[in-house]
Amino acid sequence: MFRTEMLDINMGPQHPATHGVLRLKLLLDGETVADTDVMIGYLHRGVEKLCETKSYPMIEAYTDRLDYVAAIYENLGYVEAVEKLMGVTVPERAEYIRVITAELQRIASHLVWLGTHALDLGAMTVYFYCFREREIILDLFEAFTGARLTYNAYRIGGLPWDVPPGWIDRVRHFVRIFPERQKEYDTLLTKNRIWLGRTKGVGILGAQDAIDFGVTGPCLRSAGVEYDVRKAHPYSVYDRFRFDIPVSHNCDTYDRYLLRMEEMRQSNRILEQALDHLPGGEVMAKVPKRIKPPAGEVYHTVEGPRGELGFYIVSLGDDRPYRMRFRSPSFVNLQALPLMVRGSLVADVVAVIGTLDIVLGDADR
Amino acid sequence: MLDQLIRFVVVPLVQILVVLAIISLIVAYLTLLERKILAFMQVRLSPRRTGPHGILQPIADSVKLLIKEDIIPDKADRFLFTLAPIVTVIAAFTALAVIPFAGGSIEVFGYTIHPWIADVNVGVVFLLAISSLGVYGILLGGWSSNSKYPMLGSLRGAAQMVSYEVPFGFSIIGVMMLSGTASMVGIVEAQREAHIWYFVPQIVGLFLFFVSGVAETNRLPFDLPEAESELVAGFHTEYSGMRWALFFLAEYTSMIIISGIVTTLFLGGWMRPFPNVEALSWLNFGLDGISPVLSGILWFSIKTFLVIFLYLWLRGTFPRYRYDQLMKLNWYWMIPLSIANVVVTGLVVVLAQK
Repeated sequence: MFRTEMLDINMGPQHPATHGVLRLKLLLDGETVADTDVMIGYLHRGVEKLCETKSYPMIEAYTDRLDYVAAIYENLGYVEAVEKLMGVTVPERAEYIRVITAELQRIASHLVWLGTHALDLGAMTVYFYCFREREIILDLFEAFTGARLTYNAYRIGGLPWDVPPGWIDRVRHFVRIFPERQKEYDTLLTKNRIWLGRTKGVGILGAQDAIDFGVTGPCLRSAGVEYDVRKAHPYSVYDRFRFDIPVSHNCDTYDRYLLRMEEMRQSNRILEQALDHLPGGEVMAKVPKRIKPPAGEVYHTVEGPRGELGFYIVSLGDDRPYRMRFRSPSFVNLQALPLMVRGSLVADVVAVIGTLDIVLGDADR
Repeated sequence: MLDQLIRFVVVPLVQILVVLAIISLIVAYLTLLERKILAFMQVRLSPRRTGPHGILQPIADSVKLLIKEDIIPDKADRFLFTLAPIVTVIAAFTALAVIPFAGGSIEVFGYTIHPWIADVNVGVVFLLAISSLGVYGILLGGWSSNSKYPMLGSLRGAAQMVSYEVPFGFSIIGVMMLSGTASMVGIVEAQREAHIWYFVPQIVGLFLFFVSGVAETNRLPFDLPEAESELVAGFHTEYSGMRWALFFLAEYTSMIIISGIVTTLFLGGWMRPFPNVEALSWLNFGLDGISPVLSGILWFSIKTFLVIFLYLWLRGTFPRYRYDQLMKLNWYWMIPLSIANVVVTGLVVVLAQK
C-alpha cells in the first residue's frame, strides 16, 4: 500500500558519538539497522612505514600517537619487543615502575571509556566524575614523564630516569582513594533501570564469533573466554602479582561494563602489590648508545586496555627496522561491529561503539 | 468606549508584554541556572568569565546567537523551515496565558489588574490543546530541513509527544474531578477550600503528569528527538543562530510552563504552605501587607523553581531511554496507570459525595 524505502545514513566521520573519525554507513529500516559498513582510514598516517625510516629510540615517540588514550601500552609493547630482540634484561625497579605506570594507564583508559560510553547513552555526570580521577593519573604521568598524553615514557633497556621524589606516595594516595570513587560511578549506573535497559542484551558477541574475528580484551572475556596476555603469556613481572581475570558469560554490553569496572579494581590490586614490593636500584640496563638489534624477527604482545596489542619487528641488524607491524586491538575489534549491531536500533549502534572502546588512532595507524 | 478599549485591549496587551519580557529574561537565566546546577552536580566550574560568576553569560549568548549568520540549507523548504521555530515558540508562549502567577488583584488608575492574563473557564483543556501544538514545530522543523538526522529526530519527536499527550491529559482529569472546575484559578481556590494540596490525594497523578511533562518538553531522560549522541542534534540539526535559539526558548519556556502547571494543579499554586493556618502567616514575609499579589508571586516562584530543579536534577542523573523502551514505558505503564488513577479518583469522589 505504502512505498517504504531503506534509509542510507552516514554516521561520521564527524559525529559526536563515533569516538573520533569513524564513519559508519548505516542502512536503516525505520529505526532498525539493516546493515552497517564500517569505514576507517580518516586518521591514517602510515606510521608503520614511517618507522622504517627512524632509528629504534625514535620510533617510540611514534608509538605514542597510535592509541593516544593508552599511550603507555604502546610504549611498553614496543620497548619490550626491541628488548626481546636484543636480549636485554631490564632492572627490577624499572620493571616494577613499568607495571605501576601501565596499570595506572589501564585505569585511566577505562575511565575514558566509562565516561564517554555513559555520555553516549545520555548519562552526563559520570563523564565528569571519571575525568576527575583521570586527572589525578595524568598529573602523575606528567610528574614522571613531563607529558600528559603522549608520554614516551620508557627507553629500550629501562626508564629514562627514576620517578621523582614523593611520586610513589602520590600513587599510593590514588590507590587508596580510588575504590571509594569507583563506588560513585556504581551508584550512578550499575543498578540504574535505564542503564540496564540500554545495555542488557545489546551488542551480543558470542565466543565463537569473537574468536573468529580475533577480538581480544574485555570484549572477548565477556563471552566467557578467559584470555588475558598478562596470565596467558606473562611479560614484564606480571607473574609475581596476584590478580584475577574477570570473565562473564552474557556477551552483552552490560557485562562488558561490569567487566571493565572489575578490571579497574584488579588493576588497583596490582598497583597495591607493586607499590609494596618496589625494589631499589638502577632503572636502566647497559645498552649500547647506538641500538642495533641483531638480524631476526620478533613478535611481542601486551594486554592493553582494549585487548591484545602486538608488535612485530623485522630487523636486518641495522639501526632501523626493516619492517614494523602493529596488531592494534581497536582495528581488530572494530570488525565485529556490523555483526553486533545488525537488527538493533540506531541508539544501540552508539552503545556498541562505546562498548567496543575503540580509539581511531589505533585503528587507522 | 475608551474605558472598554483600555479594559479589554490595552490592559491585556500590557500584561502580555510584561509576562513575555519577564519570562524571556527568566528563560535566559534559566540556561545559566542549569549550567550552574549541573556544574555543581558534576564537580566542575560553570561560566565564570562574563561578569561575576558568569551572570552576564546569557546576554553574551543571546548577542552571539543574534548576530550569527542566518543559514537556510539549499534543499530545505524555506517557508516551513522558517515557520517551524515560530510555531514552537508561539505554542510555548501561548500556554503562559492561563497560568495564574498569584491570587488577588491590584488597582491601577481604577482598573483591576489580575496577575494572570486570562482566567479561562476551560483553562486546563486550553493548556492541553496548546501544548500539543508544539509537536508541529518539531515535525515541520525536522521534515523541512530535508536532511536525514533531523527527519529521524522529528519522527521520534512526533511519536513521543503524541503518545505522552495521553497520560498527560489523563493525569489532569483526577485534579479536575477533585476540584470540580477546569479553571486554573478555580483549581487553586479549590485547594484552599479543600484544606489540602492535590499532590496528596493525587500523588500518582502528579508523578504521571511530571514524567509525561518531561517527555513533552523533550528533556533528559526523554530527549530522544534531540539525542545528541545518536542523531547529532535531532530535529534542529540544520538550524543555527536565532532560529535555533527560538527552539531553545520554546523548550525552556515549556519547562517553566510544565513546572508552573505542576505548581498550580498539585502544589497549591500561589498559596503559601497551609494557607488557612493563621499562625503561619509569617511565611509571606510581610509581603501580604503590601499586596497579596507579591506574596503570591513569591510562593509561586519558589514552588516552580523547585520543580525546575527536579528537571535539572534528572538531567544530571539519568541516561537516555531508547526509543522502543520509551514507547513501552508509555503504553504499558503510564497510560494504564493514568486510566486507573482516573477510575479510582472518580470512585472516591462519587462515594465521598454520597
